[in-house]
Amino acid sequence: MKLMLHVAPGIVRYPLIASVILETSALVNIERASIDAVSGEIVLEVPPEKCVEVKEAFERRGVRVVPLEIPVIRDENECIHCGACVSICPTKTFRFEDWRVVADSGKCIQCGACIVGCPQRALKLVLK
Amino acid sequence: MLLDLVAPTSFYRIIDLRSIVQEKSLSEINERIRDGSARVVSAEEMPDLVEELGSAGAVREVDVVTTGTFGAMCSSGVFLNLGHSDPPIKIVRAMLNKVEAYGGIAAVDLFLGATQPSEDRGIEYGGAHVIEDLVSGKQIEVEAQGGPTDCYPQMELETSLRLEDFNQATMVNPRNAYQRYNAATNSSDRTMHTYMGTLLPGFGNIHYSGAGVLSPLFNDPNFDYIGIGTRIFLGGAQGFVIGSGTQHNPQNNFSTLMVTGDMKKMSNRFLRAATFHKYGPSLYLGLGIPIPILNEKLARSTAVRDRDISVPVVDYGIQRRDRPSIRMVSYEDLKSGTIELNGKEVASSSLSSFQVAREVARTLKEEVEKGEFLLSQAVEPLSRVGSSRPMKQTKESPNVGDVMSRDVVTVQEDIPVDKAAKLIVSGSFDHLPVVSKDGRLMGIITAWDISKAVASGKPSRIAEIMTRRVHSARLDEPIELAARTLDTHSISALPVVDREDKVIGMITSDHLSRLFARRR
Repeated sequence: MKLMLHVAPGIVRYPLIASVILETSALVNIERASIDAVSGEIVLEVPPEKCVEVKEAFERRGVRVVPLEIPVIRDENECIHCGACVSICPTKTFRFEDWRVVADSGKCIQCGACIVGCPQRALKLVLK
Repeated sequence: MLLDLVAPTSFYRIIDLRSIVQEKSLSEINERIRDGSARVVSAEEMPDLVEELGSAGAVREVDVVTTGTFGAMCSSGVFLNLGHSDPPIKIVRAMLNKVEAYGGIAAVDLFLGATQPSEDRGIEYGGAHVIEDLVSGKQIEVEAQGGPTDCYPQMELETSLRLEDFNQATMVNPRNAYQRYNAATNSSDRTMHTYMGTLLPGFGNIHYSGAGVLSPLFNDPNFDYIGIGTRIFLGGAQGFVIGSGTQHNPQNNFSTLMVTGDMKKMSNRFLRAATFHKYGPSLYLGLGIPIPILNEKLARSTAVRDRDISVPVVDYGIQRRDRPSIRMVSYEDLKSGTIELNGKEVASSSLSSFQVAREVARTLKEEVEKGEFLLSQAVEPLSRVGSSRPMKQTKESPNVGDVMSRDVVTVQEDIPVDKAAKLIVSGSFDHLPVVSKDGRLMGIITAWDISKAVASGKPSRIAEIMTRRVHSARLDEPIELAARTLDTHSISALPVVDREDKVIGMITSDHLSRLFARRR
């Protein structure tokens, strides 16, 4: 299960992830992080059984947590199943099934590579 | 034996002998199409059939093989006739939904090219999008400026038109249906956005285009059927081959077609506008050709498989015309999803849609079976010799080596910062390439790096402050490329290196601006 963390100004310099790992003993994987001087966005992969616990631990520290259930959506009328999204995805979200492009949305970390890579502009990130 | 010929039993043998050289005429096949008895298969099914029945057997069993492709075909466009206004106008500049159409033909004839970007939305909306909007039944806004004459007094006009309002909307595409196409990868250290899609750095992925087994031209590579006047499936309508396409190069299996079709009969199922990020608009177009199995030669050529069609994987990281090829791969390899490049497994995926290519071949099959699509006799075969030569460039553009400064001071990484500062001051330049003991480029430091180190009060060795990801230029590189490298990375100088990565000069934005000023 993937969680999107929105780290607010003021707490960005605090070792948030380390402290949550120590508290919950969850094996989290940081899949994407963009942090600047004042705020940040982090995508974490968390084992399903620890998900609620990790989410609450972050929320107690002032982090807004959004589970990424459907991180990327596709306009089925626009998609022509070309495959331009397949080999550029770092987490292999897209694959061919009998030459139709199918998506395992759960793998998406919202990096956005496919959004600009799609020649039909058929993909959009679900921003939460 | 001679006696045998007159014996009753040998009558059948004579028939058998005739049937060894299997041949059918096009009119026989068209007759079957008309009465609904033609046997049609797709080019994907044909290889197994030929393997099972042999080529003679396949000629007996199969009448038509349908092909199809659906990919980005930039060299496409449409001639539009608007009809005459009152007072009449001779259009010199026309904008269709803010996309310019060429007006340098008769008064109200225009040519709208697929890759023309719009004035308001840039490359996100272009000629291809206007074409798709028209085919989808949408209304477009037309703004025209006239060159007033006694016979065409109107200065300018605006109107809103739909596809049915044009007298003619005739698609004429100078180059479609490439027989096969080079696959693309990227050796450089940055993501490249190309007409072959997003190419990730360090051989991060491979993109390819083309339908392989379904490729119309690879199913008839010797043009035993396809020629001028061949009826084709184009964007959902029936169109025609009007000749070989531009850059037609059959000697190297890079044949192309020039085609035409009535856009008013096309469907957006087989015609879709696209935008390649940081490249521009293009048109995805469905094109298919039904190939009659007139003889064994055609049975064999339509039995081509993905594994029989190979293309080079070309490095788009080298921004030159002659991009190096890394290795040859077949469409079977490309379609498998991974290719080994320099010992590394690299993901490959397509830009053209095999799914829609199949739909083209299937639709064509249904139309032939229903008697709606007849085959046509070419009036002339396609040329077996083409031309895809490089451009003749008469105005020589200077190379980096002609412009760079050769007196370059380099340093090694273990010298202290203050020594580097003194070198910069005494040499009146801003950049110092850092080299290894044998002169190979390792990094660069600038006057700014040194100021920063001094300001932070940490006088140290330059190894600690130098930029290690250093961009460089080569001696024989055109200055346009060096200028683009400077611009892309917002830097002002590049060390120039030889083939062994040894620093032999520097090229700076000052060199380039001086050159530009002199040219004017």
